[in-house]
Formats: sequence, structure tokens, C-alpha cells
Amino acid sequence: MRFKKELDFVHLSKFFYIFSIALTVAGLVFLATFGLNYSVDFKAGSNVDVALSKSVTLAELQPALKDAGIEHEPTVTIGDKRVNIRYDQELSDAQSETLKKSINKIDDKASFEINTVDTEMAKELARNAIYSVLLSSIGIIIYVSIRFEWRFALASIVALLHDAFMVVAVFSIFRLEVDITFIVAVLTIIGYSINDTIVIFDRIRENLRFGKQKSYEDLKHLVNKSVMQTLMRSLYTAFTVFIAAFFLLIMGGESIRMFSLAMVIGLLFGAYSSIFIASPLWLLLKKNQKPAAKTPAKA
Amino acid sequence: MLSFIITVVVLTGVMVFTTPGLLDRVRLGLDLKGGFEILYHAEPMDTGGTLTRASLQKTAESLEKRANALGTSEPEVTTEGTDRIRLKIAGVTDEAEVRKKMKEPAVLTFRSANEGDAPGVYSKIELVGSDFVEGAAEVQRDQLNRPEISISIKDKKKFAEITERLLGKELAIYLDENLLSAPPTVRAVLTDGKASISGGYTLDEAREIADTINLGALPLKLTEKYSQSVGATLGKQSLDETVRAGIVGSVIILIFMLLMYRLPGVLASFALILHTWLLILVFVLADFTLTLPGIAAFILGIGMAVDANIITNERIREEMRSGKGIMSSVKAGNKTSFRTVMDANVTTIIVAAVMFAFGTGAVKGFALILIVEIVLSIVTNLYFAHWLLTVLVKAGALNKPKQFGVKESDISAL
Repeated sequence: MRFKKELDFVHLSKFFYIFSIALTVAGLVFLATFGLNYSVDFKAGSNVDVALSKSVTLAELQPALKDAGIEHEPTVTIGDKRVNIRYDQELSDAQSETLKKSINKIDDKASFEINTVDTEMAKELARNAIYSVLLSSIGIIIYVSIRFEWRFALASIVALLHDAFMVVAVFSIFRLEVDITFIVAVLTIIGYSINDTIVIFDRIRENLRFGKQKSYEDLKHLVNKSVMQTLMRSLYTAFTVFIAAFFLLIMGGESIRMFSLAMVIGLLFGAYSSIFIASPLWLLLKKNQKPAAKTPAKA
Repeated sequence: MLSFIITVVVLTGVMVFTTPGLLDRVRLGLDLKGGFEILYHAEPMDTGGTLTRASLQKTAESLEKRANALGTSEPEVTTEGTDRIRLKIAGVTDEAEVRKKMKEPAVLTFRSANEGDAPGVYSKIELVGSDFVEGAAEVQRDQLNRPEISISIKDKKKFAEITERLLGKELAIYLDENLLSAPPTVRAVLTDGKASISGGYTLDEAREIADTINLGALPLKLTEKYSQSVGATLGKQSLDETVRAGIVGSVIILIFMLLMYRLPGVLASFALILHTWLLILVFVLADFTLTLPGIAAFILGIGMAVDANIITNERIREEMRSGKGIMSSVKAGNKTSFRTVMDANVTTIIVAAVMFAFGTGAVKGFALILIVEIVLSIVTNLYFAHWLLTVLVKAGALNKPKQFGVKESDISAL
């Protein structure tokens, strides 16, 4: 499993920069034009999840929804023994009870999960999420700057914000539903995706101690060597968490599906950015430092 | 070697014996056992009234009493911020009824016995909460230094009429349908709208009654801000599916570790199982509530915990390939990987701590589990796993590079 030849990650990263920038631009365009597909967690309204003992068709369900006498037209998604009904308006207690009763007429074993949120609450959730991302980033910058140096901190922050934004972009492009667990997933990705980056940076820091890097070529070689040396462990560590998230996605409960999906996407981007974005970015920052460092030496 | 065997055998024994009991004692959240959760926004019933910490607390307590009275199992009522109350109730059969009851403001009444009432029953309502001057009820001491409650009533005439009619009789204080303490007796006709209630109360009882009267005079209006209701079947289904997903994922991770790292992989797997067991133990001891996002954090954490072992073992292999001996490879590997793993974990803890500080409900729970998990993984998958490995190497049980999954041909001469 070991590569004898040195792969030029720094060179390869140019193509990945283009890929990441393209995806970022696409994500921004989609976000600006279509926004995100917010679930009731962020939009005022009610979400009704029903687990049934048999599968029903929309035609069977329609009369029951009409019977409930709720004015607003819901969006109905039919799944295997499951129905999701979403209203853009909050249901009152009485309305949700009549809805339950009329669905129970079709299937008396139906089990419900009803979530209702008003807008003020939703705005507060979103605001807290943004604060969390900002504050976490600041915390990480401070920690990495102390333990390493500011260039590592900056490169790792770019990499992790990239990971988080990629997940948001993918959710926007594919119109996937954004609920509160999505925010948790994005925050977890921010916390976790930096792990791999730290492992590689730790190695760069260690290799830096061994020899004097005089030229850009030396530094480039050092980055390539460090990425290579830690490549397998980066992939393995990402793999074990990926396995956990992947099985949550395909087998776990319905209400954490979007969480698991966001985690899976984020982990893939996390592994990718650690290898192809973070270290080359550090090199870019370091390269520019070189002339400045020489001046005091001459004086 | 002996200490290794004893440690492993004892820990395995403890885990096997205690796990079933521990699992039964894990408290499940509403999303897993069914029930509903409502976040109320509280505001004074009358405009212009003020919302105090005490009145919010009082309202929360009365919600809890009502939930208990309705026969629900372990209602949980907590205040949040300055104007919110979160209510969690599990196992409710008639949810609509409970929700309606909960939203009604607490009703304070002073009642007298109607003709035909059995002893101890008071059914004639004489005064209601709004008859009292807001915030005027307070605890005083009478001449004998016994606590009593002074109250004042807005309508002096009405109060004079009542006290005249009920002279020598009992006037009972009710909150909703609950009689508060022993009913006091009317001892004089009071014309100035002021009265004091005494009845051998302790100071705490007197305070409680004064608070209740003040709250009754200014009840809070509760509106539902957020609600979540999960059917018991759906909750069970989520639990089963997610736990199954977790078991499959964990088994694959364990197999991966065994195939990849051979004997050190076995040690890592053992540390991982110990880690999971400790996590469940912490859950039970700290009385955490396990929610669906919590289980997700739990399972992801298993994947993250073995990262420590992967980083350590990869490092050890690297040292071996460079030609170092087994013992010095293990020593160097443990030492350098320790620093790497700590740096990586601290960054995750920073994010989890921020989530914990800013999050509410499910987010907070998730963040807490993540923090506990990372701290535990440092103990089990870093310290403990390193120790196990060192003991085995010292005992000579691990003396070939092959046991670490390193090919002889990959080792370069020093």
C-alpha cells in the first residue's frame, strides 16, 4: 500500500483549486438564486411524519387530508409505509388532532411525529448556527496559531470553511432539505475535518525541523513528502468515520437521514481538502514569507 | 504480562456482567420513546404587567404539577432564558387534552364551603386571582413571630361582604383544583381590603402561598413556540433502526482494525469496546437523556475514537520501516502520535463546546455527547491502548514486525 514514487500533490492541487473554486461559484449562484430548501425547523409551519402499517397512495390519502378541513394546501411525500405532510402554516392543536383522526380512519395503527415552529424561533436557530460557525472558527484559529503558526491556522480555516460551504452548496444545488440536524452536521464537519489537516500539518512541522529548506523547490518537496507520509492514515481515519456516517445514512432513523447525508458529503470533502487544499495553501503562504524573512538576516 | 491478562480479563468480565443492566437504565429521549415536547413563550396576561423570574419559575412549577395530575409519566419542565418554559411529557394517551390543559393559565381561587359540601370540600368561589392587588401578597410575622401572609383586595366592599358572611368559617385557597395547605378561618370583618392569613405555617409554606397568590393575580399567558410530538411506535422504530446501523458500522470498523493492524488492531478494538462501555456508564451515572442525534454522535464518535489508534499504529509502522527495533518504534510511535492526536481532538472539542454554548435542545445534547466521547477516547484509545501495547511488547509477546502488519522487505537498514 506504499507508493515508492513521489506524487506531486502541490502540482495536482492546481486542478483541485479550479474544481473547488468552480463548485464554490456554482454553490454561490445556487444559493443566491434558489437559496436553501429549508425544512419547518427554519420556516414557520408544521411537519407531519406518519408511520403506517401499510403503504398508501396519494389518491387514498387525499380525501383524508380534505376531511381534516385544513385550508392550507400541504406538500405530501409518500414513502414506503411512510407519509410526510408539510404545511406552510402552523397547525393548531385542534387541527393536528383532526388530521390525526382522519388519517387514523385509513390506518388505525398510524404513528405520528408532528413538529411545529414559529418563525421567530427559526430565525433564532439560524442566528445561533452562524454565531457557532464564526466562534468555532475563531477558536480554531487561536488554538492552531498557538500550537503551530498563523499560516497553518489560516490554511486550515480555509480548508474547513471550504468543507462546510461545499456541503451547503451540494444541499442547495440538489435541493436537499435543510433542517436543524443539518446545522449540527455542518458544525461537526468543521470540528472533525480539521483533524486530518492537523495530522498533515503536524508532519510538515516535524519535517521542517529536520533540514533547512532553502528554495521553494525544497519546501514543495517537503510538503509532498509530508502529505505522502500521512496519506494512508488520513484516508484510514476518514474511512472509519465515513463508515459510521454511511451506515447511519442507509440504515438509521428517518429523522437523521439529512444529518447523515450531510456528514457523508462533508467527510468526503474533508479528506479531499486536507490533502489537496490545506497543505498546498500553506505552501503558498509560506512561499511569500521567504523574501521577508531574509531581510532581517542581512541587516 | 500478568498485569495485561488480569486487566483484560477483569475488564471483560465487568463489561459482560454490567452491560445488560446499564442498557436498561439509559434514559431515552422523547424522540425515541414517544411523547411530546413544547416550548412555551410566557408573557403577562394583562398588557403592562411585568414578567419576573419568580413568576416564570412559579408557572413552570404549576405546569409540572398539572402534568403530574394528568397522570403522565415523569414530566420534565425547565425554564429557559427569561421568558421560556420547556415541557417534555412522555407516554400520553390523549395528547390534545393534555396540551389544552397545559396552556390554560393557573387559576387562583378563594373558596368557601357550599351547603351540602362534604367536610374538607369547598366549592363556592368567593375570590379569583384578578381580585387581588398585583404583587401585594407578602410574608410577614405576627406578634408571636409566626409567619403570616398579608394580602390586599381591590374591591374593599366585596371583601367586607365576604368576610362578614363567612365570619368564623373557613376560606380555602385553591390553585386550579388543588387545595393549598389547611384552609384559614375568617376571624374578623375586614373593611379596608387588607387581610392577613395565618394558620401555623412554616416560613417556606407561607412564602409558597404568597408567591402563588401573586402569580394568581398576574397569571402568565403561554403560547407554543415550538412543538414536537412523536408517536411511541415511530420512536421505537427510529431507535431500533439507528442502533442497528450503529452496530453494523462498529463491527465493520472493528474488522477493518483487525485486518489492517493485526495484534495492535485487536488491542485497539478492545479499547474501542471499553470506550463504548464507559460512554454508556457515563450516560447512566450522569443521568443524560439519549436522543436520536445523541445516538448519531455516539456512533460517529466510535469512528473518531479509533482515529487515535490508526494514527499511533501507522506511526509505529513507519518507525519500524525506517529500521528501528520494535520497542523503540513503539515508544517513538506512542510519543509522537500522542501530540498529533491531542491537537486534533482539542480542535473538535472547541467546536463541540461552542455548539454546547449556543445550541438548544437536541444540538446541546449532541455537543455534550461529542465532548464526553472525545475525552473518554483520549483515556481509552490513547492512554489505555498505548499502555496495553507497551506491556505486550515488554513481555516479548510482540516481537516480529509481521505482527504489526509490516513486511520484512519494507524495512530499510539503518
